[in-house]
Amino acid sequence: MATVREEEASKARAARHVEREKPALEFGSAWEYSPAPESRDHVRLEDRYGLFIGGKFVPPKSKKYFPTINPATEETLAHVAEANAADVDAAVRAAEEAGRKWSKLKPADRGKYIYRVARILQEKSRELAVIETMDGGKPIKESRDVDIPLVVAHFFYHAGWADKLEYAFPRHTVSPIGVCGQIIPWNFPLLMAAWKVAPALACGNTVVLKPAETTPLTAMALAKVCQEADLPPGVVNIVTGAGETGAALVNHPRVKKIAFTGSTDVGKIIQRATAGSGKRLTLELGGKAANIIFEDAPIDQAVEGIINGIYFNQGHVCCAGSRLLVQESIADVVLQKLSDRIATLRMGDPLDKNTDVGAINSKMQLDKIRELVACGVEEGAELHQSSCPIPSKGYWFPPSFFTGVAQSHRIAREEIFGPVLTVMTFRTPDEAVEKANNIPYGLSAGVWTDKGSKIFKITAKMRAGVVWANTFNKFDPTSPFGGYKESGFGREGGVHGLRAYVELG
Amino acid sequence: MSSLPRPFDTARVPRVDAVGIEERASALGKRSIKKAAKVAGIKLAISMLDLTTLEGKDSEGKVRQLCQKGMRPLPGDPTVPHVAAICVYPNLVAVAKDALGNSGVKVASVASGFPAGLVPLSAKLDDTRLAVEAGADEIDMVIDRGAFLSGDYEKVASEIVAIKDACGDAHLKVILETGELETYDNVRKASRLAMIYGADFIKTSTGKIAPAATPGVVLVMLEAIRDFFFETGRRIGMKPAGGIKTSKQALHLLVLVKETLGDAWLTPDLFRIGASTVANDLLMQLAKEASGRYQNEDYFTKD
Repeated sequence: MATVREEEASKARAARHVEREKPALEFGSAWEYSPAPESRDHVRLEDRYGLFIGGKFVPPKSKKYFPTINPATEETLAHVAEANAADVDAAVRAAEEAGRKWSKLKPADRGKYIYRVARILQEKSRELAVIETMDGGKPIKESRDVDIPLVVAHFFYHAGWADKLEYAFPRHTVSPIGVCGQIIPWNFPLLMAAWKVAPALACGNTVVLKPAETTPLTAMALAKVCQEADLPPGVVNIVTGAGETGAALVNHPRVKKIAFTGSTDVGKIIQRATAGSGKRLTLELGGKAANIIFEDAPIDQAVEGIINGIYFNQGHVCCAGSRLLVQESIADVVLQKLSDRIATLRMGDPLDKNTDVGAINSKMQLDKIRELVACGVEEGAELHQSSCPIPSKGYWFPPSFFTGVAQSHRIAREEIFGPVLTVMTFRTPDEAVEKANNIPYGLSAGVWTDKGSKIFKITAKMRAGVVWANTFNKFDPTSPFGGYKESGFGREGGVHGLRAYVELG
Repeated sequence: MSSLPRPFDTARVPRVDAVGIEERASALGKRSIKKAAKVAGIKLAISMLDLTTLEGKDSEGKVRQLCQKGMRPLPGDPTVPHVAAICVYPNLVAVAKDALGNSGVKVASVASGFPAGLVPLSAKLDDTRLAVEAGADEIDMVIDRGAFLSGDYEKVASEIVAIKDACGDAHLKVILETGELETYDNVRKASRLAMIYGADFIKTSTGKIAPAATPGVVLVMLEAIRDFFFETGRRIGMKPAGGIKTSKQALHLLVLVKETLGDAWLTPDLFRIGASTVANDLLMQLAKEASGRYQNEDYFTKD
């Protein structure tokens, strides 16, 4: 009898022991969410869009159109015009002509126009969010809760500055620059348009905007909003096209200022092209931000910060926290939590309200991500990937991270611009700072610690334009954004951002 | 008072960032739960209910009516499961036990000088033993928040140890009363303390103090359970209670569990919802999913 009981007890102990060896969480199908797609019924897209020049949609002199597709389904959404040098010239001249009146308009009245644009954008929030998601592949929860609200906030914020510029620059007379050529990327299409257009208009300039060739549709929607707001024709002109259209804009002699957000390679070309031309230039380029997790961090929230830092917008974020620097003493715990967390990320239909990770923006970008990831594997880093199902159509890359990464790996140096994190460890705060700054980029950084004094000490040493403490990827129109080193120069947002759009006397 | 098997090490309690935890909890509140997921979620939530009456005016009649509701929440529809438990004061345990028979619905009893917990340990133990002897399957005890806030973790812990011992086979839920602990750091610390010293479940609140089971507090406790699981291999249950009135809130709680602890916790064995009024809203939403229309409140029994 006693033996039996002892045996049972020892079996129970063994069972407990086995359970203790490998506790694991399972994120399976116990309670599945049903599909919850946002309706696209209220979205009206045209088959074909002309160029927005002088307040009207006009056919391109190039006579060429190109398709823009939904990267989640590969379906063609619409065709947009390809602007050649003559089209760009027409747009610049329309802007210059409109600038004569716009720059002399009573500042408060300029503000009224911008407020009107802001209100109309706000009213159309839902439609704009759906278009942004269809054209770019980002999850609807992001376009709905982040992109479009920030777009609206940027217009409202800058509308307020229009008649207060002399308070932004005390002891100066403030005047507009003239025609601004603005070239924006595909990762936050309408938001980048807002970052560029709103301050330019508030300061009395007129603009020629070139959206990215893969995501032109919300810019076309913005053109319609400008019409609806009765914005004087020519104040905002939008020319669609690829690199050649951009080059024509950059090289146009009557453009007084170029603002570019995009890759560092193209940024360098633009800087060479504008050198000696007298054109003003601001560049917001690539990044490879360090997200530093100290052992005294609020760990579960830091893990959320890692997730938000790298998987937000599929990692198509120039300020993404793509290099995780985690203190060695907590590395195992953090990686365990990170693995569990990516198992809960839902990748799929970007229009589904429960989707966390959407589609990669283009085939080209997907190829680039695959190439760098393959290189990481080849160089000996260990790849960890979510095993989420991958849709059969469209461009997808599952949330991934690399461990066993050293500073000398290519994946730790180059911007991947996808949902791929590199994890490195450090032992001391000095080592963390050294590794964080040891990169040609300097756009953003993150610091996680529960200790206030450490936040001040470490953030002051970061050579990056934006440093977040115990959070990541937070944006606000009042806060300047921009880079150090190869991440560019100039600031957008806040008082600092106005400086790029005014002449000071 | 016996000394503890091991002292409570506050240094091993991770810190909580209030902004971060609330952001994550509220993001999970935006999950869109529709159609089949909504129906399944509502039924799951009903099966996890600790249908509760904890009033000074509770009587045998009231408890018997509540038990009837718990066994058959929607008369005539057998696809609606019975609730997990009926939660009452110790004096009414025997009545509930009798009314519930072998329905599978468990009897939970608050004990240990509920809700303040400011009675001598001997009284807490008597309270517990009486409830267990009367047939309680589960005991919901409160911690001594005064002792906790004054840093006397040994007192809090040793009371949990002693009450757990008095529970015998009954499951022990430890109520932290998070509204009185005020900070997320305290909630995290109290969660760990309760789990180390004998809790089978940790529970947010008595329902007598607001705020109670806020999404942020629930998430902090779920994260504490997760860490404890990885540390010990033991699965501790979770029971939010207090202020849960709508189906939306109940589904939000299920989302928090699903995406923090995973499938294993999506069962009444490891997750309960303590509430008195949410049942009818769950039933109303269920009827709406079936018919496409909302019925008025008189189509659902008030007990």
